[in-house]
Amino acid sequence: MSTVAETQIKLTPEHDARPGASVRSRLQDLLPKIVLAPSFAATIVFVYGFILWTIYLSFTNSKTFPSYDITGARAYQRLWRWTFESDPPSSWYTSITNMGIFGFLYILICLALGLFLAILLDQKIRGEGVLRPIYLYPMALSFIVTGVAWKWFLDPGLGLEQTLHQWGWTSFHFDWIKNKDFVIYTVVIAGVWQASGFIMAMFLAGLRGIDGEIMKAAQIDGASTFQLYRRIVIPLLRPVFLSAFIVLAHLAIKSYDLVVALTSGGPGGSAWLPSNFMYEFTFKRNEMAVGSASAVIMLMTLTAIIVPYLYSELREKPR
Amino acid sequence: MLRKLLIGTALATSFAFSAHAADVKEVQMLHWWTSGGEAAALNVLKQDLAKEGYAWKDVPVAGGGGDAAMTALKAMVAAGNYPTASQMLGYTVLDYAAAGVMGDLTETAKKEGWDKSVPAALQKFSVYNGKWVAAPVNVHSVNWLWINKAVMDKIGGTEPKTFDDFIALLDKAKAAGVIPLALGGQNWQEATMFDSVVLSTGGPEFYKKAMNDLDEDSLKSDTMKKSFDNLAKLVKYVDPNFSGRDWNLATAMVIKGDALVQVMGDWAKGEFHAAKKTPGTDFLCYRFPGTDGSVIYNSDMFGMFNVPEDRKAAQVALATATLSKSFQSAFNVVKGSVPARTDVPDTDFDACGKKGIADLKKANEGGTLFGSLAQGYGAPPAVANAYKDVVSKFVHGQIKSSDEAVTELVKAIDDAK
Repeated sequence: MSTVAETQIKLTPEHDARPGASVRSRLQDLLPKIVLAPSFAATIVFVYGFILWTIYLSFTNSKTFPSYDITGARAYQRLWRWTFESDPPSSWYTSITNMGIFGFLYILICLALGLFLAILLDQKIRGEGVLRPIYLYPMALSFIVTGVAWKWFLDPGLGLEQTLHQWGWTSFHFDWIKNKDFVIYTVVIAGVWQASGFIMAMFLAGLRGIDGEIMKAAQIDGASTFQLYRRIVIPLLRPVFLSAFIVLAHLAIKSYDLVVALTSGGPGGSAWLPSNFMYEFTFKRNEMAVGSASAVIMLMTLTAIIVPYLYSELREKPR
Repeated sequence: MLRKLLIGTALATSFAFSAHAADVKEVQMLHWWTSGGEAAALNVLKQDLAKEGYAWKDVPVAGGGGDAAMTALKAMVAAGNYPTASQMLGYTVLDYAAAGVMGDLTETAKKEGWDKSVPAALQKFSVYNGKWVAAPVNVHSVNWLWINKAVMDKIGGTEPKTFDDFIALLDKAKAAGVIPLALGGQNWQEATMFDSVVLSTGGPEFYKKAMNDLDEDSLKSDTMKKSFDNLAKLVKYVDPNFSGRDWNLATAMVIKGDALVQVMGDWAKGEFHAAKKTPGTDFLCYRFPGTDGSVIYNSDMFGMFNVPEDRKAAQVALATATLSKSFQSAFNVVKGSVPARTDVPDTDFDACGKKGIADLKKANEGGTLFGSLAQGYGAPPAVANAYKDVVSKFVHGQIKSSDEAVTELVKAIDDAK
């Protein structure tokens, strides 16, 4: 904002000198602001405004409808208590442990698989133009489609298990999607299938951006292929890791629809993520205060992870 | 600088909003009855209203389904843009009434005699502070068994009268190699079945105390523990693949003869009808063993909003048409439920419908008409969902014993209150 304001001040004397052109040039000055204004306002109101509103609601006793009397941190106290109820697991405990499992595996496997595929595709192979979109295509599907397709594929009575049984492998057993202890891993499988191709494309772009001279120099110095990637390529891909991490982290946090489409919550609610918890409590159980509090906790957790990472990656490095 | 920006924004956005007035000869209706049979049933109402010169306008709901509709309704009401009426369930009506957004139909109710014809248990939800705020459309009951007759004949089964009979029947089916019990492992289905189990195990008095009054002593009593034990017995008879299955797929298993019986509300009958099956010859409907004489109900209602004076006439027309005997009969024949007033002739109904009507009348007179906790007619949604959580966690093994289940139930209900 400050730069825009400065230019305006600098231009002011010229306006006074040529009054005829002043309206026009002033309009030209204003144009970017007018064009930006709607999206600026939309962001202020619909993102930051509602974040504040949610924080406010979490301290009220809102049930079906928002209520505006502050009644203290009862919602947080309940969530805090539920955080430690592991046997039998409270819905909130299930949600946050699932978030940990899902977030960790999803981001890790997507990064590893994406990088691996990108390196393979980068070996100047024939038919890359065909292979690349094949891996990338799942990203074009919505989570709902992914979820439903994988739900059928993983269903023991319909998909993989049934097919293998028909082919004669009758001892084959794969019912993770019906198992309360493993259902969250099926969400990881479907999520990884969808996003890893996209991450591959990001890494591929990064690989293509690496100066070939550096690689050649390293090869002349006698670096093995493994060393080449370990010491040169992967460190150079650091900015891509950052972008990929940000993309994956936000996809992981908002994976509400995948859980619903794939597992409809899982047996006894065992596949819930915090986003499912939030929606369920706010809109189905009419416990808006608890739902808001869980949303605030999600936001704070995300902030606590992303902000230090962004800070360490984006600050100017001392040369 | 910032101020200029904001003013520009305010100007730009103000164009986006424009006042919009509803046509006074129009009924704006929010509902999620979009599937074949239900939509056809609702058409009857549309035509009735068209005869009186009122146009019907569906309020669009993205995504369909009750949850999406309730979210849409919340947004509309918060914006002060009330529909004429909305399909609503149980405590939702009371929540909205408490928020002061519901209309008042008491005059129409008096004129039409709803006080006498609508069962008192239903009036708990359609009347708020002495004012009629909703028009009940139907009464569903959940304590039903739906049995495939061909399978029943094959295994030589007879109507189970007690819970032990029922277990014996399931054993027979198991021995004959069919899946004994078709269940969809979603929390509301499990809890709906458990409603019946509690009524069967503890009797009407106990059900009312535990599931409607939420009496703590009853909730942690030995009878409740026994109910959980009975539920555990039933769950042994489902196929391993039950978890997450939709209710209509479970019904389809019974229709096809893959499974013997499903415990489900009478909306399951709609599926049998859609598959061109007749009660008595293709399928059988019995009350859940040990619950004959009592009815656990839930009911669809049209909540009437506090619309401006000029739209009231359309609302009254809608309410009157909804509770007219002809619509009540025509709609419920298709929907599988029974009329929300006890004075509708049962001539058009099939055998199950006739039994449903008779049972409702008897239960209404005998005081054994109870709200289903699983369906949100026993307690507010927060409590009902806490209950569903516990039942579902018990069925799927997160909660390992009936002792633990009872403790969790009391705790969860306390939390939700």
